[in-house]
Amino acid sequence: MSDMGELHSAVDIASHVRNGEAKAADVVEQHLARIADRDGEINAFNLVLTDAARARAADIDAMVTAGHDPGPLAGVPVALKDNMCTRGIPTTCSSKILADWAPPYDATVVTRLRDAGAIFVGKTNLDEFAMGSSTENSAFGPTRNPLDTTRVPGGSSGGSAAAVAADFAPVSLGSDTGGSIRQPAALCGVVGVKPTYGAVSRLGLIAFGSSLDQIGPFTTNLRDAAVALEAISGHDPGDSTSIQQGPLELAPALERGVEGLRVGRITDLPSGASPDVEERLEVAFEALRAAGAEIIDVAVPAFGYGLTAYYLIAPAEASSNLARFDGVRFGMRTAAPDTNSMYTATRTDGFGAEVKRRIMLGTYALSAGYYDAYYGRAQKVRRLISNDFKAAYAKVDVLLTPASPTVAFEIGDKASDPLAMYLCDTYTIPSNLTGDPGMSVPFGTGEHGLPVGVQVLAPALQDDVMFQAAATLERHMQSDEPQSGEPQSDEPQGTEPRNVSPS
Amino acid sequence: MSITYVNDDAYYPSNDDHERWSQGEWEMVVGLEVHVELATQTKLFSASPNRFGDEPNTNIDPVTLGLPGALPVLNRQAVELAIRLGLALNCTVQKSTFARKNYFYPDMPKAYQISQYDEPINIDGWLDLPDGFRVGIERGHLEEDTGKSTHVGGAGGRIHGSDYSLIDFNRAGVPLVEIVSRPDIRHPEQAKAYVTELRGILVAVGASDAKMEEGSMRVDANVSVRKPGENFNTRCEIKNVNSVRSLGRAIEYEAQRQIALHEAGEPVVQQTRHWDENDGRTHTLRSKEDADDYRYFLEPDLVVVDPGVDWIDRVRAALPALPAERRAMLADASGQAANSEAIMVVAERKQDEYVMEAAKLGGDAGVALKHVKEAPELAEQVPASSVATLSTMESSGAITASQAKTIVAALIEGAMIEGGITDPKAIAADLGFEAMDNSELESMVDQAIAAQPEAWEKFCAGEGKAMGALVGAVMKASKGQADGKAVTALLNVKKP
Repeated sequence: MSDMGELHSAVDIASHVRNGEAKAADVVEQHLARIADRDGEINAFNLVLTDAARARAADIDAMVTAGHDPGPLAGVPVALKDNMCTRGIPTTCSSKILADWAPPYDATVVTRLRDAGAIFVGKTNLDEFAMGSSTENSAFGPTRNPLDTTRVPGGSSGGSAAAVAADFAPVSLGSDTGGSIRQPAALCGVVGVKPTYGAVSRLGLIAFGSSLDQIGPFTTNLRDAAVALEAISGHDPGDSTSIQQGPLELAPALERGVEGLRVGRITDLPSGASPDVEERLEVAFEALRAAGAEIIDVAVPAFGYGLTAYYLIAPAEASSNLARFDGVRFGMRTAAPDTNSMYTATRTDGFGAEVKRRIMLGTYALSAGYYDAYYGRAQKVRRLISNDFKAAYAKVDVLLTPASPTVAFEIGDKASDPLAMYLCDTYTIPSNLTGDPGMSVPFGTGEHGLPVGVQVLAPALQDDVMFQAAATLERHMQSDEPQSGEPQSDEPQGTEPRNVSPS
Repeated sequence: MSITYVNDDAYYPSNDDHERWSQGEWEMVVGLEVHVELATQTKLFSASPNRFGDEPNTNIDPVTLGLPGALPVLNRQAVELAIRLGLALNCTVQKSTFARKNYFYPDMPKAYQISQYDEPINIDGWLDLPDGFRVGIERGHLEEDTGKSTHVGGAGGRIHGSDYSLIDFNRAGVPLVEIVSRPDIRHPEQAKAYVTELRGILVAVGASDAKMEEGSMRVDANVSVRKPGENFNTRCEIKNVNSVRSLGRAIEYEAQRQIALHEAGEPVVQQTRHWDENDGRTHTLRSKEDADDYRYFLEPDLVVVDPGVDWIDRVRAALPALPAERRAMLADASGQAANSEAIMVVAERKQDEYVMEAAKLGGDAGVALKHVKEAPELAEQVPASSVATLSTMESSGAITASQAKTIVAALIEGAMIEGGITDPKAIAADLGFEAMDNSELESMVDQAIAAQPEAWEKFCAGEGKAMGALVGAVMKASKGQADGKAVTALLNVKKP
């Protein structure tokens, strides 16, 4: 292995392990060493699977020696967000209420990654039950951004984003209910993909908002993202909302180029992105235009209503999804004299403040007398947003927006202001409401030299077109622009988004 | 309040019983909600067996227990059975959806029940009672059953005051269809007939075994009273009715209770009431104010159920004959009314096919029906051909009705012997049940008159008792082979 140097991308690792030029055991040791070295500070992992990863690596190497192909992710270390069920391995959702719970089954994505030859190195930290945008709402302490440990990695999949950014694993999985993959990807400077709703099975993903949740990968590059997403996607009879089609085919799209591709600029996008982020977005449009794409102005009038609709629909579903944590059958129980007091005591002790806040919001939104005004109305807005996007996609193939209004903010900055935190999801939420795919591509840096992500959006099942456009942005960064040392404004600028409001 | 209702045990009401129930100026308005467990192999949303009576908590899985990350997958067979029963109840089968009904209870694993709510699979049907009275069906929707709680200690098996509770999740997730009638029922007997007929239909189409005693069929009654022509009054829902008979009693009691309240000028409070079999009364379970807000919303883990015209047509084409149709066939063949007791009983036992088989083999359907009704073992143990022969022997006068009965007993006994004795003619010959021709009988009658002149005179004078001695003498002379009715007829003919 030493003559090869260290392998970092998933595609490189897999190809070398498959042809016997590298040992999975060495790959795993390198990654475990980095975790041991730095994760004490970063706290990306709730659990590191040191022994299991070593044993699995030995099995992979034995397979190769015996002439078998372990699969397209052979020997690739993968980190899993700790809301995905792993058989016999604690799956906590970063909540006290599940701190000691080990599921009796694997999530479909876990099975598929294993079948592709991946090696699980750990379970990553998240905002409790995926509720948050900074990974500060974890019962096990916040995760820190590897690029600046005074800052958040974003959330809720902050542990998974940080794990890839810190080179603890070339691939991690996150879940995205309102931006929980794309926003931390942007803040950590990695690729993060939320595929079309139903492209990846949700079986074994502990639900937050079932009609919005979707699993996707974090990687350092698009090729790895394509391979990982191809491995986990495709119909699963165990998830009724899973789309009846085979795995996504993404790798070929990376080479297509954007000649003639229609790229939409949303004219009525909610304001609020900081100037550095807006500047990078402009550069992205230019890069695509230079590569042959046509930039077209489109209106998506209901875009700005996404946030309010989302903060009724997601908590409503969450209030129901989280009702099963009642202390009766699994997880934590706080003893009390009778059943109802036991429910109350268990849930009071077990859930953190943000989870309780959303359960109350959602319960209220669904209550008799309020349903029509809140949940019912939010569903109408959701349809309106879908219609607006459909109309836009009649004119363009993809849309470009910021992934996050700002670069990574400091730990504690927004922790006491839920509304400011919710605004982090302004640009990512609409595609969860419509079920369309969206991804964040690292596209240079903004304030403080921190990464900026550009979000590429596409219509449902056009994940490959989304990758096609994203690949041009990635090529632009690899060839045309300096990776670092970009001149930064010396003027201190607030990292708070300006007033983000429905247009 | 004293209740005097005499018809409590009537099983099948005649048309007369269906006259409007009334108590002074009041009439009752009843709608029934019937939950039936579908006879599927597995649960509504998981692969665990749907089986009654197994060791507790053995038919479970992550979906049944509502474990984190588990997802429901709809059971196709449950949809098929729901369509089948919907079509049998003349419903429109439509595109449907599932919703979540949210509430906390220890035997409700997810803290929500997946149930069809505003878009049920079956709507707008009806069920005709055997006497022709039509009860509208509002809907028949799919939902999952809860687990079963047993509250130990305390009073009355209720959770409040109990020492602890045991939960069996075997029943959780078992597929149910809730069949909701329109408030068309006006009489306890109609309610009983509705449930009985519904049970017959469910069993006939194979949708459910519909056993009230095992809980695979559970009936709740919505009862109110009003003066005919006036608006509906506040209703109460009666639960814990465990038999058809109790249903009639509970409705009767509840209607009387409400009438008494109305007449005393007191309000009827909308509430759920619990039928107590022991004291024959209904008791408050919970009032509407205590009711949960179920916060229904569309179940995001499932998709729209759209069976499509082809599937529905296939199910319709494969529907077996329903009880009403079978009773009509039997009525046609036997010449008896379709809601006569014999036909109702035999059809309910599903022995109508046996009677029809005997008729097809040349038997007399009416006679065969009578014997099968009285001796159900016939259909289980004796070939239909034997009953065909027997019924012809009886209807042709070759044997008497009482002889036929003796032969039926012999056939049933004979069926238990190795090889079986199945020929009624051989049995008749063995027993000496030979046909007697009229001249032989007449000479025996003449001999009896000659031998007992005093009795003959008294008989002629109109003393009925005297006839016994004369008939007895003929029977003795004929060694019991004479037909009593024929002897009486001859005596009457000879009377001057």
